[in-house]
Amino acid sequence: MDSTRNQPSARRFWSWFIPLRRDIGSWAFALNRATAIGLTIYLFLHLIILGKLAQGPGAYDQFLALTENPLIKFGEWLVVAAAILHGLNGIRVVLTSFGVGVTRQKQLFFGFMAIAVVVILIFTARMY
Amino acid sequence: MTETWNITLRVSRQKQNEAPHFDSFQMEVNPDEYVLDAVERAWAFHDRTICFRHACHHSTCGACGMRVNGLEKLTCITLIRDVARDGATLKVEPLRNFPIVSDLTVDMGAFYRKMERVEARAVLPVTEAEIENPPAQWDAEDSQYIRLSDCIECGLCISACPVMATTPEYLGPAPLAAAQDNGIKRKPELLSVVDCEDGVWRCHSAFECTAVCPSFVDPARRIMDLRKQVVGARLRNLFGKA
Repeated sequence: MDSTRNQPSARRFWSWFIPLRRDIGSWAFALNRATAIGLTIYLFLHLIILGKLAQGPGAYDQFLALTENPLIKFGEWLVVAAAILHGLNGIRVVLTSFGVGVTRQKQLFFGFMAIAVVVILIFTARMY
Repeated sequence: MTETWNITLRVSRQKQNEAPHFDSFQMEVNPDEYVLDAVERAWAFHDRTICFRHACHHSTCGACGMRVNGLEKLTCITLIRDVARDGATLKVEPLRNFPIVSDLTVDMGAFYRKMERVEARAVLPVTEAEIENPPAQWDAEDSQYIRLSDCIECGLCISACPVMATTPEYLGPAPLAAAQDNGIKRKPELLSVVDCEDGVWRCHSAFECTAVCPSFVDPARRIMDLRKQVVGARLRNLFGKA
């Protein structure tokens, strides 16, 4: 019998991102994982782009011209939004990890996410 | 007059060499019955081959943990009214993160071995228990009285934990909560069991264990407290005050 489908496995990482019907802590967990993966991918892209500097100023300037593209601009907005969400959610994790506000983790999450929304809105207004 | 609902009970089935599938059973229920009653009715009147665990029917044995409509529930205390409505489908599945033995029955062996590793207490002196409104001062003779540990080892927290889903080596919420209950100061040998990659530091604060726990153990809070105990023990070791 294939009972392995029900057992823990690294291949089941996708379940991290399906917090449907679950409590707010699972949504916070999924948000932190998703933003972490997004920021890691961005970090690699960033390093690849920085590598253009080694190909001379022409290659780098050519890329910089691309940043005026609305799609790239939206990508930049996503990176900043993800960093704000991840950072503030991370502060909640650090606080609760050492016993601060453990029984108030939901309120902490909503509080930090409210701050995140305000900061993202301010950033959006300045960016566009 | 007794209220009656018509529901469809969808039961996850998987026997030896069978592909996993769901069987559906139409039935009349009183919404104030429990989900376990509906499963038992399916077994008694529809299909005697449905395999599921149950014993006490009052949330003490922890045997009847299942996923009800995708969420971990102790089915003997979960009212049908709270998880369904008249005409709805009620889906019951085995707990996640355990090997399936048959249908809704899972192999809890690995979980119980982890509970043994942290020397989980089945009973504890009442003076050490977390109880509501404890007296300011216990009398000397009070320590002779014992009470059952809050954790009923139902495995719901193991099923709900997202980290557990990807890391079989992780001790998991209930064993870590049991280690916290023992205390690093009282049992210093537990430090090496919990202060490791798959111990107390593996938790990523989803708090789902606390959300599903039917016995108010609050494993997430206990894990965070255990971290403080571990850091305290490390500092004491660092400064030679072990």
